[in-house]
Amino acid sequence: MSRNLKWSLLLILFLTAVALIYLAPSVIGELPGFLGRILPRDKIHLGLDLQGGMHLVLEVQGQKAVESYVERVRGDLKEDLKRKRIFVPRLERVNGDQLYLEVFGGREEFDEYIKNNYPILEEVSTQDQGKYQKIIFRIDEKQADYLRRYAVEQALETIRNRVDQFGVAEPDISPQGSDRILIQLPGVKDPQRAIRLIGRTALLEFKIVDEEHSLQEALKGKVPEGDVIMYQRREDPETGRVSRVPFLLEKKTLMTGEVLKDAQVRFDDFNQPYVALEFDPRGEKMFDRITAQNVKKKLAIILDENVYSAPIIQERISGGRAQITGAFTMEEARDLAIVLRAGALPAPVKILENRSVGPSLGKDLIDKGLKSIIIGGILVVVFMVIYYKVSGAIADSALILNLIFIMGALAGLRATLTLPGIAGIILTIGMAVDANVLIFERIREELRLGKTPRAAIDGGYSKAFLTIMDANITTLIAAVVLFQFGTGPVKGFAVTLSIGILASLFTALFVSRVIFQVLLARHMLKQLSI
Amino acid sequence: MEFIKPGTKIDFLGIRRFAFGFSGLVIAASIISIILHGGLNYGIDFAGGTLVQVKFSQPTQVEAIKENLASIGLDRSLVQRFGERGENEYLIRVEKSVSDLGGLSGQIEATLREAYGKDGVEVRRTEMVGPKVGEDLRKKGILAIVYALIGILIYITWRFESFIFALGAVVALAHDVMITVGAFSIANKEFTLPIVAAILTIIGYSLNDTIVVYDRIRENRRRMRRESFAKVINASINETLSRTLLTSFTTLIVVVVLFIYGGGVIHDFAFALMVGVLVGTYSSIFVASPIILTWQQRK
Repeated sequence: MSRNLKWSLLLILFLTAVALIYLAPSVIGELPGFLGRILPRDKIHLGLDLQGGMHLVLEVQGQKAVESYVERVRGDLKEDLKRKRIFVPRLERVNGDQLYLEVFGGREEFDEYIKNNYPILEEVSTQDQGKYQKIIFRIDEKQADYLRRYAVEQALETIRNRVDQFGVAEPDISPQGSDRILIQLPGVKDPQRAIRLIGRTALLEFKIVDEEHSLQEALKGKVPEGDVIMYQRREDPETGRVSRVPFLLEKKTLMTGEVLKDAQVRFDDFNQPYVALEFDPRGEKMFDRITAQNVKKKLAIILDENVYSAPIIQERISGGRAQITGAFTMEEARDLAIVLRAGALPAPVKILENRSVGPSLGKDLIDKGLKSIIIGGILVVVFMVIYYKVSGAIADSALILNLIFIMGALAGLRATLTLPGIAGIILTIGMAVDANVLIFERIREELRLGKTPRAAIDGGYSKAFLTIMDANITTLIAAVVLFQFGTGPVKGFAVTLSIGILASLFTALFVSRVIFQVLLARHMLKQLSI
Repeated sequence: MEFIKPGTKIDFLGIRRFAFGFSGLVIAASIISIILHGGLNYGIDFAGGTLVQVKFSQPTQVEAIKENLASIGLDRSLVQRFGERGENEYLIRVEKSVSDLGGLSGQIEATLREAYGKDGVEVRRTEMVGPKVGEDLRKKGILAIVYALIGILIYITWRFESFIFALGAVVALAHDVMITVGAFSIANKEFTLPIVAAILTIIGYSLNDTIVVYDRIRENRRRMRRESFAKVINASINETLSRTLLTSFTTLIVVVVLFIYGGGVIHDFAFALMVGVLVGTYSSIFVASPIILTWQQRK
């Protein structure tokens, strides 16, 4: 055997060993003791479609963040103008993110004030009504843009926090495009619950209940200036009927969940779970002041526009603690504590895409996929032996090696195996023998020209080489495009197809040839069986 | 063993008008089918909507499921059996997609649980795709196919130093794509994301065959300088015929196995590949090379 051939054989053996080592954890589980510590332990990573789990695409409604910012500016501006004695009887938010003002008296003072104190406001239009002027402002586009981007970043961070606390192994949470968030949660058993946990805004607000005005009048449409009606959703635990109880609240939000330090599930004397809140130093001061100023009034605790409870403030509360009660189940209380700890989303989110697969389905699919691989593989292997005899068997060993390489590469590169990915492997079986078929047909042609086996093999391989490269590179182009455009499962298909092409190039062009050469060198092939 | 004996000389070019006519007819049938069906039958990936795959522990009927869904106003939903009869699995598809947190799938699940008991029904898969995402995916799918074709056009032009070869290959590929899509329309199967993946695979695969023939043409052109271009092409197709058919055969074996054993989701994917492999083999023999000759003669 020539030295060259020996090195080639060694290379093949080495690569096979590496592939097998990477493959071992997926086939026989974790290796014991010493071996387990030094060798790779990663199993082939299964896609969500095979192991079960949830794939979510959310859209952060950044515009809502802009709108609530404008609402805050409106509140600030109103108080500032009052203090400055600039007479502006009407100041409202209109068209979502614009401010409408009616300014009496001199414009100069007003304009000067806005320019110096609210540089982010841009004038959209002015209508002179003689006595007064109607002005519409909006915030400048740069600031709005910043708010929208910040909302996505913040939402990403918050959702990561929530998922971490929820406890999901290997979650993948990443931004997609300018305003979308992709969330992949493997192994989630209750997708509905996960969605509620991830997608809820969790904006916690404290407002004072207005008991000076009549709720009945307000419900008829005469909501007093500065007030708002909000509802408490109550569910009868026995009949499951939902009722809505109205509350008349002062519009002004005294405090939000921003000042929370911690939220924990606790149990009351009747073993009912509730959520205990603890404020940070700033929140502690605020809460202290609010309770001091509003003794004997009711303080409404509102989460996402739903009134949870409205207890009477018996006395000033200075410890920086509060609680949310309600007829919670343990699960609800736990999830509520998580979202409060992780903080509110800066803007509501919308679900654009949601795919959930239960674990049992994935197992079925893997079983069917493996069955197809085995049956398809056996049929192809048998056919090759019948058609090309010994040479067919050589191609078959290259094919089996090819499968080992693909699986090893999948494990080693931590690529994700998806259902279309399994199909890709099966397809590779069919196409991998193609290169060998090309070569064998060439060898047959060479033999017909009267060449010796050695010369025929050399001729066959070298003439088929370029053709095989061309054919596979074009398939690779298609696979790369697929990878660029695909999502999830389709991407997995592109990966296995690409790995399959590269592996089959190696096994068909190199491995099968080395086997031929070894047989020739040992004089086992006087007559080519092809 | 040999299926195609060496020295086989079939006059593929002689029947090229017939072949072109045949292809034209099939493509026309595809287009007509698509028009008659009012466009492609998009799955929820592209059309948007909600899909729920449920497995019942006891046998049930499509009608019974529909009746239960009618109570939550989903009487217009599409219910079909999925997989084999004994598995009691059904797909429920609703055109609506709901982007709020409760979701439609949750309602469907609750309704079915109420009707069939808590353990009587298992939700195995739910998918909700909003209209915006559906449109995005549709655009991406078309772009992917177009980009793949352009990439291939460039590569072949470079490798064969001839734009006409590249054009011939791409026409053959477009031919394969159209017929495969048409087959989906005629069989009234849903067009989903994995099907786009299948089509891209077909593009890569059918090109394999075409390139093998082209390579032979390039080689034979040097060898058979005296012969006419038509003869060179015919000889090249004949010489590679054995390989073309063999490879298609082995690929077809595994694709058919996938079609039979792969199960629900893979079923349509394998169907696309089956059609694609057959059409791709046909086109690399009867379309890709003959069309080059036709263009050459026009010049």
